[in-house]
Amino acid sequence: MKNIDQVDPIIITRDVHKWFGDFHVLKGISFEVKKGEVCVIFGPSGSGKSTFIRTINRLEEHQLGQIIVDGIELTHDVRNIEKIRMEVGMVFQQFNLFPHLTILDNVILAPNLVRNIKKKDAIDLAMGLLERVGIAEQAKKYPGQLSGGQQQRVAIARALAMGPKIMLFDEPTSALDPEMIKEVLDVMIELADSGMTMVVVTHEMGFARAVADTLYFFDAGQIVESGTSEQIFKNSQEERTKLFLSQILSQ
Amino acid sequence: MTITSNTPTEITNPQSKFSLLAWLKKNLFYNVLSSLVTLVFIYLIGLTIKKILVWAAQSAQWDVITTNLRLLMIGTYPVEQVYRIWICILIMGFLIGLSWGIWIKGRTVSNVIMFAFPFALALTQMRTDFWGWLVGVGVLALTGFFIGKRFPKSLVVPVLVLWMSLIPLTVYLVGGSETSRILRKVTTDKWGGMFLNLLLTWVGIIFSIPLGILLAIGRQSRYPAIKSICVFYIEIIRAVPLITILFMAQVMLPLFLPEGFAFDRLARAMVGISLFSAAYMAEIIRGGLQSIPHSQYEAAEALGMNEVLIISRIVLPQALIAVIPVIVDQCIGIFRDTTLVLIVGLSDLLSVSRTVLANPLFMGTHIEVYAFIGLFFWIVSYFLAFIGQKIEHLACAYRRN
Repeated sequence: MKNIDQVDPIIITRDVHKWFGDFHVLKGISFEVKKGEVCVIFGPSGSGKSTFIRTINRLEEHQLGQIIVDGIELTHDVRNIEKIRMEVGMVFQQFNLFPHLTILDNVILAPNLVRNIKKKDAIDLAMGLLERVGIAEQAKKYPGQLSGGQQQRVAIARALAMGPKIMLFDEPTSALDPEMIKEVLDVMIELADSGMTMVVVTHEMGFARAVADTLYFFDAGQIVESGTSEQIFKNSQEERTKLFLSQILSQ
Repeated sequence: MTITSNTPTEITNPQSKFSLLAWLKKNLFYNVLSSLVTLVFIYLIGLTIKKILVWAAQSAQWDVITTNLRLLMIGTYPVEQVYRIWICILIMGFLIGLSWGIWIKGRTVSNVIMFAFPFALALTQMRTDFWGWLVGVGVLALTGFFIGKRFPKSLVVPVLVLWMSLIPLTVYLVGGSETSRILRKVTTDKWGGMFLNLLLTWVGIIFSIPLGILLAIGRQSRYPAIKSICVFYIEIIRAVPLITILFMAQVMLPLFLPEGFAFDRLARAMVGISLFSAAYMAEIIRGGLQSIPHSQYEAAEALGMNEVLIISRIVLPQALIAVIPVIVDQCIGIFRDTTLVLIVGLSDLLSVSRTVLANPLFMGTHIEVYAFIGLFFWIVSYFLAFIGQKIEHLACAYRRN
């Protein structure tokens, strides 16, 4: 059984609202993530799940409410934002690797330049992570020469290189061919088992069932229902949840 | 119904081997009409080439070029000091050899052309010791090549630094100084000919690219002051012809300087050309910057990188690589624009050619002179484009699958 910190949650959002112009995309999201917890957020597209996860590291700004990450509140203060971003790693749906750098350079760039880790140490760190995700032999190649699954694993290694306390995943397998989804999910499962705090937006319910501690169903900018995977899959309370689950689980 | 596929007996692609006959048949002679058209064109082209060759060999008076070659290449530079220009060419030949050894792989025909460039450049002087210098350039270039091949990694930075400092080095060697006895001062009004065009081109390229980068980044700045200065600069400069800028530089620059400090004529032209080209470079680079997807910024931000890091390490490299062809285009444009300095009283190649043609001895030899000048401009432009292609190949290694 994982050791979940029972004290202060590492992510707290209180009544967060966001508008894109007139469109009210987040309507009062309040949730908490404890250290070591794995949260899965799922729901129909347009429900605001990606937007919400991006407010946690300030890639999107929220207009109302509070977001507190690792004890630091997210405001317009640039220093807070920078501090938070060093502790929060993110993996994107489109991988977003830097195409002009080799895999190794992609991974060592941030530790070397942001955390001021010496190049040699950064290389050791990077190679260790690349081994962990299973692509150490591709270190000298360029992203364009790798498959989607390989690129996403590099992206995970790149995010981990900064030594974050929290890892955010924005639909990490949605852009992958089916045969490559497993290799990425395996890495994510290993990461979850190692005790990393993870917030994952995904449609992969198998993954959720395997490792998620808490599931959140998002719809139209609100959390409709939340609970453990047992509660959600076997015994969901809301109609909308039941409907959505029946749609995606029947595939 | 199942279809079992047996391994087919080996069939080779019928079109895999190139056959000249097959290519001719497919592209030039595929039906009666096209064959006729082909024959007509062959005849016309053949006729034209024959006419040009006959003219060049028989009725053309090439002595206008041979007599005035030194004038055309270096203007009225004192003859006894020409060795100093040769030294610059030697250094450049050496640098070219070094660069070729460090960066260029393979021995294709185009690489050989690049190697021949120092020789072409060495036509700067046409006196008896010409061949000696020429051989010297060749030897140094070859030496450079082997050194570059031997130490590719460690020499990259020194060579780049040397390329950058070629300008002050050349200026010092060629211009000399008041006090020196060996490098006696040769004022810039005596510099001329093709040498002047090349010098101005190189100065223009070296200064307008960094300035263009700064302007392009400044134009996207969040701070209104920086943004408006950059926009203002770019829009004003782009609205006026280079001649106007050159005139303005000649007249206005001395006003900005304290009394008694004479701003050299050539320097004014250099400033004018650099400032002019920087505005165009800025727009080119801005196009490149806009082509970078926003997700690249986001990925870098998520890693905790600040704006300076993101622009310098992620965005700018990709943007510059994307617009290399356009930048090379602009550099060739700078080279062509250098002929305009004729209008502000500097004796570049075109200006010298007018002096040459004014000489009653060489009446009517316009075609020969302009053909020669045209040929020279073509060689240099081709060389610049070639360099650009090589840089692009090197930089785009990551795009090859």
